[in-house]
Amino acid sequence: MTDAPTRAAAPVASPLDPERVSADFPILAVGPNTGRRLAYLDSAASAMKPSQVIDSLRATYESAYANVHRGVYAHAAAATENFEAAREAVRDLLNARSPREVIFTRGTTEAINLVAYSWGRTNLEAGDIVVTTELEHHSNLVPWQQACAATGAELRFIPVDDDGVIDVSGLDALAEGGRLRMVAVVHVSNSLGTHVPLDVIVPWAKSHDALVLVDGAQSVPHRSVDVQALGIDFLAFSGHKLMGPTGAGALWGREELLAEMPPWQFGGEMIRRVEYETSTFNDLPWKFEAGTPAIAEVTAMGAAIRYLQELGIDAVHQHEVEMTRYAHERLLDVPGLRVLGPELGVERGGVLSFLIEGTHPHDIATLLDTYDVNVRAGHHCTQPLMKRLGVHATARASVYAYTTREDIDRLIDGLAEVRRVFGLA
Amino acid sequence: MDDLYREFILEHYRNPQNYGTLEHPTFEAEGQNPLCGDELHVQVEVDDAKVITAVRFTGQGCAISQAAMSILSDEIIGKSLEDVAKLSREDIVELLGIELTPVRLKCALLGLVVVKMGMHDHAGTAAPAGWEGVDEISWART
Ligand SMILES: Cc1ncc(COP(=O)(O)O)c(C=O)c1O
Repeated sequence: MTDAPTRAAAPVASPLDPERVSADFPILAVGPNTGRRLAYLDSAASAMKPSQVIDSLRATYESAYANVHRGVYAHAAAATENFEAAREAVRDLLNARSPREVIFTRGTTEAINLVAYSWGRTNLEAGDIVVTTELEHHSNLVPWQQACAATGAELRFIPVDDDGVIDVSGLDALAEGGRLRMVAVVHVSNSLGTHVPLDVIVPWAKSHDALVLVDGAQSVPHRSVDVQALGIDFLAFSGHKLMGPTGAGALWGREELLAEMPPWQFGGEMIRRVEYETSTFNDLPWKFEAGTPAIAEVTAMGAAIRYLQELGIDAVHQHEVEMTRYAHERLLDVPGLRVLGPELGVERGGVLSFLIEGTHPHDIATLLDTYDVNVRAGHHCTQPLMKRLGVHATARASVYAYTTREDIDRLIDGLAEVRRVFGLA
Repeated sequence: MDDLYREFILEHYRNPQNYGTLEHPTFEAEGQNPLCGDELHVQVEVDDAKVITAVRFTGQGCAISQAAMSILSDEIIGKSLEDVAKLSREDIVELLGIELTPVRLKCALLGLVVVKMGMHDHAGTAAPAGWEGVDEISWART
């Protein structure tokens, strides 16, 4: 009697096949300079779009387009239904309690500005403290600088060490001498990949009855984020970094807070009844959505979320962890190259910033482009962090679901070429 | 694109001409390109006939910004201030002999912007139209 063939148990999260994923992304097939596949390593700036998202945009304009919310005809009803389905998709992605907690914005920047204006200008006053980190993208820094300048509140910073890792040892001192009201922090740094320890920061903020806003621009597209489990109050993210179109993103906020906050922009959509002298405002979430929204883009952001969920967000995350580790190891083997940010083995997002002694990041990025390897060079909208780390700019490679080992090998080959051109090899 | 890093450019980047400082500059200025952090500090010595007799610069940044300044410094020594005032963006592109994307053009122009601003500041004349605050390039008298 022969043994029945044994079958391997189904893996917990089926591993992602980036080649298969790539087939959904028309733009990756042919790079503009070489005709080879585009080794796109700049998803932290903006992700490429799968056909599913491009098709959604087309489908809206070709078969379900009208302005949303007030139309009585079939297209208006369909457009509204699809638009509101995206709100449910965001709710589901973040495990929010209700779609009323999801406000569509142009992206992370507008979402943070909404809170800094609406909540900040009505709640902050002299003697209050707003805390952020030394890692922040300008979009979670400048709005708070402005809110503090307008209200007399003080802005303080959770420091980073020389590896760009958050140092929470001095948290208690940060809340001294005033009333801690808001802790607004990035979840994963777009410049260094640093993972911010919300499990330490949130309980600390809550022990002072402060609110917590999380900039999820670099976390929501890459790992599962559960706003209830995190115990936070606001979260911002951008659809375009999650393979959706530009011009669409969201703010999630706890309903009790949003209900109390005044609107920050005024006009159509956000009103219930308008008279010449006064108006009453609409319910959540529309109270914060003045004017015609980005109908097709928001709808397609819903398609992007469904696409990400079909790939499996945990599988995407696992794939990115592997690609990041592989890239990190290979980069460390390049002579004269220094990787900034957390050391190999420390938890980080799929972002690797690096410098090569004797070359400038812009020259690195320009030369890599000739091989259709795309990396970003510059300060990555984190000028104070660059100054803190004593650098002017970095070259930055970042990964996503479609990143392959070959993309990273081509980066490494390209860097060898950079070293040769600059006479370093 | 490969052409961007021709040997001619790389040679100026690795061994810049007129690098260093002057004892008695007639005027000096510095400028930055915040986009990539390119920095240049330029000193110029001028004789009584308003002809440039010496140029020295220091700085750091990408190969294009540093090589362009090196090439420019060679070009303007022996020229009158009047001639330098007439130098245009196109002249720089021609001197470099490479094609530049708009982002990299800013790198290439930094040196000329600093020289022009220093010159006009020294003469007390208004900066020529279209040059003061060229895009994101900033400059300061030293
Ligand atoms: C961490 C972080 N915060 C905020 C932003 C701003 O996002 P957006 O430009 O889409 O509003 C970005 C993107 O560049 C980011 O990486």
